[in-house]
Amino acid sequence: MPANKPSEIDTATVRRIARLARIAVKDAELPALAKELGGILAWVAVLDEVDTAAVAPMASVHDEVLRWREDRVTDGGYSADIVANAPAQEAGFFAVPKVVE
Amino acid sequence: MSRDASKLVAAASGPWEVVIGLEVHAQVTSAAKLFSGAATAFGAAPNAQVSLVDAAMPGMLPVINRVCVEQAVKTGLGLAAEINRVSVFDRKNYFYPDLPAGYQISQYKQPIVGKGRLLIDLADGTTREVGITRLHLEQDAGKSLHDQHPRHSYVDLNRAGVALMEIVSEPDMRSAEEAGAYLRKLRAILRYLGTCDGNMEEGSLRADVNVSVRRPGEGYGTRCEIKNVNSIRFVQQAIDYEAKRQIALIEDGGSVKQQTRLFDSRTGSTREMRSKEEAHDYRYFPDPDLLPLELSEAFISGLSASLPELPDAKKARFMRELALNAYDASVLVAEKETADYFEALAQGRDAKVAANWLTGDLFGHLNRLGKGIADSPVSAARLGELLDLLTAGSISGRAAKDVLAEMVDSGQSAKAIVETKGLTQVSDSDAIEGLIDEVIAGNADKVGQYRAGKEPLLGWFVGQVMKASRGKANPALANELLRKKLAS
Repeated sequence: MPANKPSEIDTATVRRIARLARIAVKDAELPALAKELGGILAWVAVLDEVDTAAVAPMASVHDEVLRWREDRVTDGGYSADIVANAPAQEAGFFAVPKVVE
Repeated sequence: MSRDASKLVAAASGPWEVVIGLEVHAQVTSAAKLFSGAATAFGAAPNAQVSLVDAAMPGMLPVINRVCVEQAVKTGLGLAAEINRVSVFDRKNYFYPDLPAGYQISQYKQPIVGKGRLLIDLADGTTREVGITRLHLEQDAGKSLHDQHPRHSYVDLNRAGVALMEIVSEPDMRSAEEAGAYLRKLRAILRYLGTCDGNMEEGSLRADVNVSVRRPGEGYGTRCEIKNVNSIRFVQQAIDYEAKRQIALIEDGGSVKQQTRLFDSRTGSTREMRSKEEAHDYRYFPDPDLLPLELSEAFISGLSASLPELPDAKKARFMRELALNAYDASVLVAEKETADYFEALAQGRDAKVAANWLTGDLFGHLNRLGKGIADSPVSAARLGELLDLLTAGSISGRAAKDVLAEMVDSGQSAKAIVETKGLTQVSDSDAIEGLIDEVIAGNADKVGQYRAGKEPLLGWFVGQVMKASRGKANPALANELLRKKLAS
């Protein structure tokens, strides 16, 4: 896999990721955030110096195996608790501002 | 692939080829969800089958359900696909009210099942292979209801976290007919395996349809994806509409834009889905709450040994051992229930006769009643009794059809109906000869004509004898005896 160059983050990219993450960011904050994020990427990019050509990509650093559960119903039946923290609820449903396609 | 000219769409500027690939979401049959112990049953009260894991409460961790893994592997084996010994769960990130975690746990670069294939059965009795790209496990989202309140959408998380298999085909289909055949066959395989109930009305099987058009022999055109179509008929309508739309666009000098579209079943048309325009950046990454899913050889071979006979193998066996033709065999294996019914019916009987009575007569009655074979008012054992009476010559073929209709309506056995209605076929030569003598005596003129060479009159005589016997005379015997009497 080719090593990624620590890339410059521009303000448009910051605006886009903020939008994808649903975080409200004022235009005035964008340059400072771009600089910080660029710094983080540059820091992580140090890892590119390691030759990983012969190493398989890994999804976890744990030396354990995935635990499995049996197919039994052991949970549920407390709908009032599930919706208890919702800003609005009606008839056992979460009630959210209308989202229609 | 296919260069069959009959599948091309003719247009002002020449023929077009339609290219179709399907992504099918099949709900895994399991008691509990993919990563939690909440139930999966359909139709519960809102949010009654939701665990804290499904509601994405902080600190909750997913633990994978063994049966969901087994079902995915079985399905992969049924599609003659590679089973990946190691697969990885990723987070697919997007925001929607019915997705409480803000991400769906899915599989992206390393799915549990890789390349496979599926044979589709076409109306003309031929088959064609469609490639399977992959199958992966993922969580379903919750359900949003938009029509219950003027300003609110209601969200029910009962479905959130239920295991789905996303089964992706290669773009190997060339017509709505082929897409329909693919869905029917996939559904049959899932039902034979018991890995998905295939119930499209309850949303257990939904399809995303990728459609593009091209000039025959050229590279792929730009495709549009029609999301979440929930019946085979709608998938076919959506393909026909979308192909026409794209061809018209290009013929008018425009070009197709890659888009996500929605199918409107009321108008039979598709339209652009606005919210998806900027949402295609899902920022997948391996879920840090889950380790890779590793499968042992013993686990896979155990499942492989447990597989039932699947439709293609059953069809081949019916053709080989019971001498049925390809068309009859494919009709009989299309639904597991039909195949089971047929095997019970054909046991110890003539297979061709059994196939004809099942797919012709009984299916006709079931269609009329709007019922499936599973709710048939006449069981295989009962229909078998009727066929035995017919084979033994106790009733005529004509009477047998009436008896079946009566069995369907009253639920009574064939024997009981034959007895109460006095339909037992008369195969006693003396009785029939008596009737023949009456007919001959009463129609001297016709007898004269017959003897003078007007032989087609024999049919008329048989009709008279049948009438005199009120339909109960064995027609073959009546025919034979009449021939003798008239000749003498």
